[in-house]
Amino acid sequence: MALPAAISSLKAKDGLQLGMSVARLFASAASQIKVEVMPYKVHRIEAPSNIVETNVPELMSFYKLMYKLRRMEIAADMMYKAKFIRGFCHLYDGQEAVLTGIEAAITLEDSIITSYRDHCQHITRGGSVKELMAELMGKSEGATRGLGGSMHIYNRKANFYGGNGIVGAQIPLGAGIALAHKYRGEPNVCITMYGDGAANQGQKYEALNMAGLWNLPVIFVCENNHYGMGTAEWRAAKSPNFYTRGDYIPGIKVDGMDVLAVKHAVAFAKAYALANGPIVMEMDTYRYHGHSMSDPGSTYRTRDEINAMRTERDPIERVKKLLLSNGVEAGELKRVDKDVKKEVDDAVEAAKAGTIPPDSWLWKNMYVAPLGGEMRGVLPGQYHAPDFDPEYTS
Amino acid sequence: MLASRNVRPAAGHRMAAAPGQRALLAGHPGRRVMVAAKAQKKEIMMWEALREAIDEEMERDPTVCVMGEDVGHYGGSYKCTFGLYKKYGDMRVLDTPICENGFMGMGVGAAMTGLRPIVEGMNMGFLLLAFNQISNNCGMLHYTSGGQFKVPMVIRGPGGVGRQLGAEHSQRLESYFQSIPGVQLVACSTVRNSKALLKAAIRSDNPIIFFEHVLLYNVKGEVGDKDEVACLERAEVVREGTDVSIFTYSRMRYVVMQAVNDLVKKGYNPEVIDLISLKPFDMETISKSVRKTRKVIIVEECMKTGGIGASLSAVINESLFNDLDHEVIRLSSQDVPTAYAYELEAATIVQSSQVVDAVERVCGGRVAATV
Repeated sequence: MALPAAISSLKAKDGLQLGMSVARLFASAASQIKVEVMPYKVHRIEAPSNIVETNVPELMSFYKLMYKLRRMEIAADMMYKAKFIRGFCHLYDGQEAVLTGIEAAITLEDSIITSYRDHCQHITRGGSVKELMAELMGKSEGATRGLGGSMHIYNRKANFYGGNGIVGAQIPLGAGIALAHKYRGEPNVCITMYGDGAANQGQKYEALNMAGLWNLPVIFVCENNHYGMGTAEWRAAKSPNFYTRGDYIPGIKVDGMDVLAVKHAVAFAKAYALANGPIVMEMDTYRYHGHSMSDPGSTYRTRDEINAMRTERDPIERVKKLLLSNGVEAGELKRVDKDVKKEVDDAVEAAKAGTIPPDSWLWKNMYVAPLGGEMRGVLPGQYHAPDFDPEYTS
Repeated sequence: MLASRNVRPAAGHRMAAAPGQRALLAGHPGRRVMVAAKAQKKEIMMWEALREAIDEEMERDPTVCVMGEDVGHYGGSYKCTFGLYKKYGDMRVLDTPICENGFMGMGVGAAMTGLRPIVEGMNMGFLLLAFNQISNNCGMLHYTSGGQFKVPMVIRGPGGVGRQLGAEHSQRLESYFQSIPGVQLVACSTVRNSKALLKAAIRSDNPIIFFEHVLLYNVKGEVGDKDEVACLERAEVVREGTDVSIFTYSRMRYVVMQAVNDLVKKGYNPEVIDLISLKPFDMETISKSVRKTRKVIIVEECMKTGGIGASLSAVINESLFNDLDHEVIRLSSQDVPTAYAYELEAATIVQSSQVVDAVERVCGGRVAATV
């Protein structure tokens, strides 16, 4: 289905559903910029055109968002080293373009679910850096009140379904969310994100099969950063072409370091998914940090490779170059940088000053309806009454 | 009283197909006619009661849906969803491929958005494949999301030792699931409580794991009023007594009641309580009984190691020690894979004669005849 036809048919159905930036393509803005992105590799589907239209305001919004995500992840790195953040901390820097492009092509009525590398989804789904930082530090002002931690960020109101610790377990969940969209007749998709490591999980194929059987509106997004923790993709996967691994389900491979390529492809995929059923997307991306903060990230790859990525393919630098070559002054970008740094620094300070969740929160929200019984404590004779209090009022 | 009947189906009575072969259900036309006649007398079989519960709840609430293997066109391997796909369509009675991990996760995802799926495991043992989804996502999501997401789903299926089904199809998964925080475990045992409990489970906003028993589907009995909904956390007092408290659940209830027949003739007066709620335990009913009789026997089908009875025994010892005159006696299955041969299979699980022996041991000789 050609992209313009797909989009206009979708717009006719429910014009507000499409990502605003795509809608802007049809606005008669004076300064439309045409950018040629890397051609898409496709599987069982016709490739969309690789000429993407954009404009300066849109690029500025991308720049600002990606820079915010980058600074936030770097701040998380520093806070982890300073022991304000504990446990597992999986950082997303390098991959910002994937999420920014996805969000530009969908709305908050569409659903997103992802793995444990979920800090940035909180921001792109409308959460604040402060909530994210507070959650990482285990404070009660955090996105999940300090109960979830780095791997369990959720935002029900924004249709962000987490935040899942077990590799690949989110994929059947994503198919279930898409099933619910279809069950209710909603014109929405579920973006189900996973990595190249998770692409070898059996439950992914179970979900692909069911999604294909019932034409569920799910977009399987494989964020291929080429390493499953410490194992390179060529050592873990017989076939590294993750966009073809859906077999009978069409796939498209996208340059995941280019936000415009991602946005264009996801808009295409959404139109396809709503009309036909599931589609697999492979985002060719890269993470600068190791798998998590306990992994230096340099024992299984060379520093040269990491530096080459930073110089040649960094997503933020790419957008910056585009902006500078389209009349934006360096000074304006520096102002944006400064504002973002301040926002992140303030958020970190506010999170540090946050409150520790009280002991009474330990027994909240195990069950929805209070069951009337008491749970035993650590020592004999100790009892706790679990209660249902989603606002954590006491 | 259902006690003496239906402990084992009559020899000629054809059991539902062994799920191990995933064989075709012997469409026994004679039996269906018989069933229809019984329905008019208002005595139905447990599978029909469960089906009624699912049907009524699906009619009442359009967000209730069923998913599982062969639940739709095939009618359910134990007929619990027989014919429902014709009434509600394929989307609401969803035939899944054979991928327990996948469709359990799908059920959880759908439940997170507000749908109320009833996910059927054709045999509870198969749900071991879905353990990650049940434990991490179904059980813990409500808590780890800071109270944001509910998981109002019911996971149901038959478990327990059947009729020579072999080790892998005779498992008792309540042992494994009981430690998962955030889930409720419920075991039905009679026609009446199976319908009322399943309705309550479907209406509950918590994730409920609903244990049926493979040998109880053809038990006959009456159901309550159309809208009877049981309390999921309340145990059932099957027989009031004074000598000893016997705690049991699921099919072992019938084994116990068969033993009670013998015990009453010998002059004993046992109190029998069907736990119903395996997690959390109904401590109010349990402690009331223990304080009355001061002796406890637990009769369960779980293995000796790490079963529901093991947990209950620990709770009673810890909370009611001074109310006990005798250590808690626990009759459980033996820690062996369930053998195929009839006699060996019978030897792995609790028999009614063993319950009689246990009561005699705990209560001493024949008690002074009062009744």
